[in-house]
Amino acid sequence: MTNRELTVLAYELREKTVDVITGAKAGHIGGDMSVMDILVMLYFRHMNISPKNMNDPDRDRFVLSKGHSVESYYTVLAEKGFFDYETYRDSFSRYGSEFIGHPHNTIPGVEMNSGSLGHGLPVCVGMALAGKMDEAPYRVYTVMGDGELAEGSVWEGVMAAGHYRLDNLCAVVDRNGLQISGATEDVMSQEPLRTRFESFGWHVVDCAGNDMDALDAAFTEAKAEKGQPTVVIAHTVKGCGSPVMENRAPWHHKVPNAEETTQIKHDLEEKKEVVKHA
Amino acid sequence: MHKLPELKTTGNRIPNRQAICDTLMTAAYQDRSVIALCSDSRGSASMTPFFSACPGQSVEVGIAEQNLVSISAGLAKCGKRPYTFSPACFLSTRSYEQAKIDCAYSDTNVKLIGISGGVSYGALGMSHHSAQDIAVMSAIPNMRVYLPSDRHQTKKLIEALLKDEKCAYVRVGRNPVEDIYSEENCPFEMDRAVILADDDNYDAAIIACGEMVRPAVEAARQLKADGISAAVVDMFCVKPIDREAVLTVTSQAKLLVTVEEHSPFGGLGSMVSQIVAAVCPKRVINLALPDAPVITGSSKEVFDTYGLNAEGIAGTVKRFLK
Ligand SMILES: Cc1ncc(C[n+]2csc(CCOP(=O)(O)OP(=O)(O)O)c2C)c(N)n1
Ligand SMILES: [Mg+2]
Repeated sequence: MTNRELTVLAYELREKTVDVITGAKAGHIGGDMSVMDILVMLYFRHMNISPKNMNDPDRDRFVLSKGHSVESYYTVLAEKGFFDYETYRDSFSRYGSEFIGHPHNTIPGVEMNSGSLGHGLPVCVGMALAGKMDEAPYRVYTVMGDGELAEGSVWEGVMAAGHYRLDNLCAVVDRNGLQISGATEDVMSQEPLRTRFESFGWHVVDCAGNDMDALDAAFTEAKAEKGQPTVVIAHTVKGCGSPVMENRAPWHHKVPNAEETTQIKHDLEEKKEVVKHA
Repeated sequence: MHKLPELKTTGNRIPNRQAICDTLMTAAYQDRSVIALCSDSRGSASMTPFFSACPGQSVEVGIAEQNLVSISAGLAKCGKRPYTFSPACFLSTRSYEQAKIDCAYSDTNVKLIGISGGVSYGALGMSHHSAQDIAVMSAIPNMRVYLPSDRHQTKKLIEALLKDEKCAYVRVGRNPVEDIYSEENCPFEMDRAVILADDDNYDAAIIACGEMVRPAVEAARQLKADGISAAVVDMFCVKPIDREAVLTVTSQAKLLVTVEEHSPFGGLGSMVSQIVAAVCPKRVINLALPDAPVITGSSKEVFDTYGLNAEGIAGTVKRFLK
């Protein structure tokens, strides 16, 4: 698939994610929309992960550290063929369902349970270290939120990854600038983010995080980097795809009403068509 | 002993967390040393009004629960009275060592408020459930543990905590709870359980804490209609547990049933059983969450699945009284 086709796919999967959330009347829509392009680029271009190789020790590893974006993550896994989308959509968060509101590794394709922020990166340091010990070819990826970076455990992991020069590790920060209580820079400032990572021995790539070409280039650069881990600081828009929710903090976990849903789906559809015919 | 309250369904329900915010705001206007701290949790803590009204007495630390608790301890050591809010799941496990060392061991006046406790977060799963908090917090020397049952009791508890200088852990749920008491009739004495019974000759005693007290009272009412007399013990003070209240009901009742929104290990049931077993053995049945990730669902669905509701409690009393 071309980057343009992946962009179209990301819009389609956003629509499907909205259906999951409105059906369940639960979910974290803002972060779902900001992270979608990152997940699509990783799963459909850069990572060597599919239902066929899930038992292969050499498969790439992925941990969704910002586990609350489970709705978009599961939509992507369904699209990859790990499970049936309709089954997931119609049971998500419902009574007795296996599809709970955070990633859970009884679900095919999920390596690690998450939901409590600040665990993904240190776990991935362990996975990357194991890869080095075994001289295995796999790469390890994790996606964190920018609000999540306030957790001390993140920086303990950053330090360890720098120390062990884990060039098989690539972390992504979904830098949408918002968390629950408002702007990250007001709640607990993260800047200068690039310098912070650099000072811990990381290679840093800043890129437009809702742009497939930019993401593609960033992950390609990360693969080529030797001797140090890479962080892709993906500058995204929270709620990306519809002005109803874009850059609005309350849309962290708001469930759209009928009217808003119509508008959001209309906006997503429109954006998708524009890309298709560009 | 107090009469079993008439239960009203007011419809006008507010969560206990909101009662905390109201009480603290009143206190904060009088006492500049009252400080609230949040970790990107002020909305879920219902503390946005406090943060808006008292910005100089509010501290936001971002998503950093360990930092949150240690900062609170530092503030306390320098004369502040911090009230530290975070979801109970993170506060009791992520910041456990900070609670142990910086609050309890160093003896600082930090009031840890665990919001959205138990299975309040329903389908969000085990990362968001706190079914261990009573056990772990109670195991720390010098840490007290409180689970108030309704908004009236929550208010009285916070008022009492505002007067003391020691650390404590308070757990409240996310959802609005129906009243048990009322503005005029809310018997409260710090660290004394509230014993509710219509007569002295009860056959069973139901010992509950937090949001399980309301269904316990409902169960006692149902049992009464079936000719079984049951007392309810509202053990909001899980630690220091009111031993005397446990012994009082144990000497009268033929059966004790404990009810809690917690793991079956190390919580209210364990503590009550320990007291009863040592002094005057009687049958104690523990109702609690299972030792497993709970079924996916809302907290009500979870309670119904495991019999943590009025029917389940009443049924247990009937079954074991025979
Ligand atoms: C340890 C921990 N503390 C708090 C939370 C509650 N929580 C869930 S999402 C969230 C905000 C996350 O913001 P950010 O990391 O920026 O994610 P995004 O904007 O991508 O949704 C918070 C505080 C949590 N899940 N884990
Ligand atoms: Mg963010």
